[in-house]
Amino acid sequence: MTLVAALSAVEVDYPGRGAALGPVDLTLEAGEIVALVGPSGCGKSTALRLLAGLEAPTRGRVTRAAGRGETAVVFQAPTLAPWMSAAANVALPLELAGTPRRQARDQAVEALAKVGLAGAEAARPAQLSGGMAMRAALARALVTRPRLLLLDEPFAALDEITRRTLADDVLALVAQLSPAVVFVTHNVEEAVYMAGKVVVMTPGPGRIAGAVNVQGPTIRPPGFRTTAAFRETAEAVSRLLAGREAAA
Amino acid sequence: MKLLAPLALIALLLGAWELACRLLAVPTYLLPAPSAIGAALAQGWPLLLDSAWGTLSTALIGLAGASLLACGLALLVSLNPLIEDAVRPAAVTLQVTPLVAIGPLMTIWAGIDHPQRAVVALAAVAAFFPIFSGALTGLKAVDPDLGRLFDLYGASRVQRLWRLRLPSAVPALLEGHKVAAGLAVVGAVVAEFVAGSGGVQGLAWRILEASNRLQTARVFAALVVLAILGVVLHALMSLAERRLLAWWRGR
Repeated sequence: MTLVAALSAVEVDYPGRGAALGPVDLTLEAGEIVALVGPSGCGKSTALRLLAGLEAPTRGRVTRAAGRGETAVVFQAPTLAPWMSAAANVALPLELAGTPRRQARDQAVEALAKVGLAGAEAARPAQLSGGMAMRAALARALVTRPRLLLLDEPFAALDEITRRTLADDVLALVAQLSPAVVFVTHNVEEAVYMAGKVVVMTPGPGRIAGAVNVQGPTIRPPGFRTTAAFRETAEAVSRLLAGREAAA
Repeated sequence: MKLLAPLALIALLLGAWELACRLLAVPTYLLPAPSAIGAALAQGWPLLLDSAWGTLSTALIGLAGASLLACGLALLVSLNPLIEDAVRPAAVTLQVTPLVAIGPLMTIWAGIDHPQRAVVALAAVAAFFPIFSGALTGLKAVDPDLGRLFDLYGASRVQRLWRLRLPSAVPALLEGHKVAAGLAVVGAVVAEFVAGSGGVQGLAWRILEASNRLQTARVFAALVVLAILGVVLHALMSLAERRLLAWWRGR
């Protein structure tokens, strides 16, 4: 497998607040989906920003094989620019990288169609529902065909039905493009559903308590949530979160 | 009902005023009755309208000048925190200095031969700060996550400014211009008072002229026109702000 990004003995201190993260080790390979689960303050968002290169570690080393323009982030809020149409928002990463406007817009329209937003190209973010806005944000992340896709609680603001359909759609898109994916969440079931490996983090300072591998194809079959294997895996993750069991 | 309630209150107050003036036989130079003010309005209508246009047009020219200057300076300041640290105390000092106190200086510098210029200058000074601080706040009011995205995709400084910071500044800029329009009229009126010689024949001059002759009804008539001017300007600016914000948000 090809290494896409790695954290080696990484620690982060915030001035005045002491240790926030570390030491933490994590490797990401192409096509791998890793979920980071843990309560707030466990450093999962910090780990994400380190992997994105948006923040530097105080100690330790961050390896990023995916260069600029090959990393994409989806935040908890859609974070679309309200003054731009959906298509212009999606085209933005390409245009910032110097792709000619026409070509960028064409690719954006294509990306919007892939996330199920064909016909919404001209809509402004204020006219999109929460789920549609998140789909547009996803299209913007995928339009550059990233090797590393970082998802920071992307479904947190959505209702249950929307988040389930969106979860399946994300998995289908990831199966097509096979980037390395980090999926941050505080929802155990969601983590097990989305990831091939669930990494459990604990706070004060943020550390990795252990990891649980999830069996099954990337695109989950119907009824996957009700299988015994799914429930056992979720329970193993919950036990790790509660601090009752060592790493698997 | 929402429109009726304030109108009813105004009618009630005017009625009480009229009644009090007649019953107590208040001298007209002290407090004219609403009917006398109405008569003064009806009689002086063309001149008052002309003066109102004079005040409004100078205020708007001042507003336009202030807008150019304030936006330019805000942009310059926002590019470098050191410049901001240098400019801010001076800006605040000038802002808290009462406008009336700056008036004579403006008259000396700009207005001895051209009193009109002093009025425009003072209107611009009054309008400058809301636009400046609005522009500065707006240029910094960038969604932090959107800023991170621009970092992630390696946006250049020019791209950041043109595609992120300027569009983000639009709501605060509109708010600043709305406040500034009202203040520009205040600045113009103050300057007309200070200039005082009749060289600038705006609404303030009508008030000065009438009060010097103890024609109190005409003072009130000019005040009424000034108040209406302020209300209409505020309403127009609010409408423009709402429309432009709706366009900015796409609905």
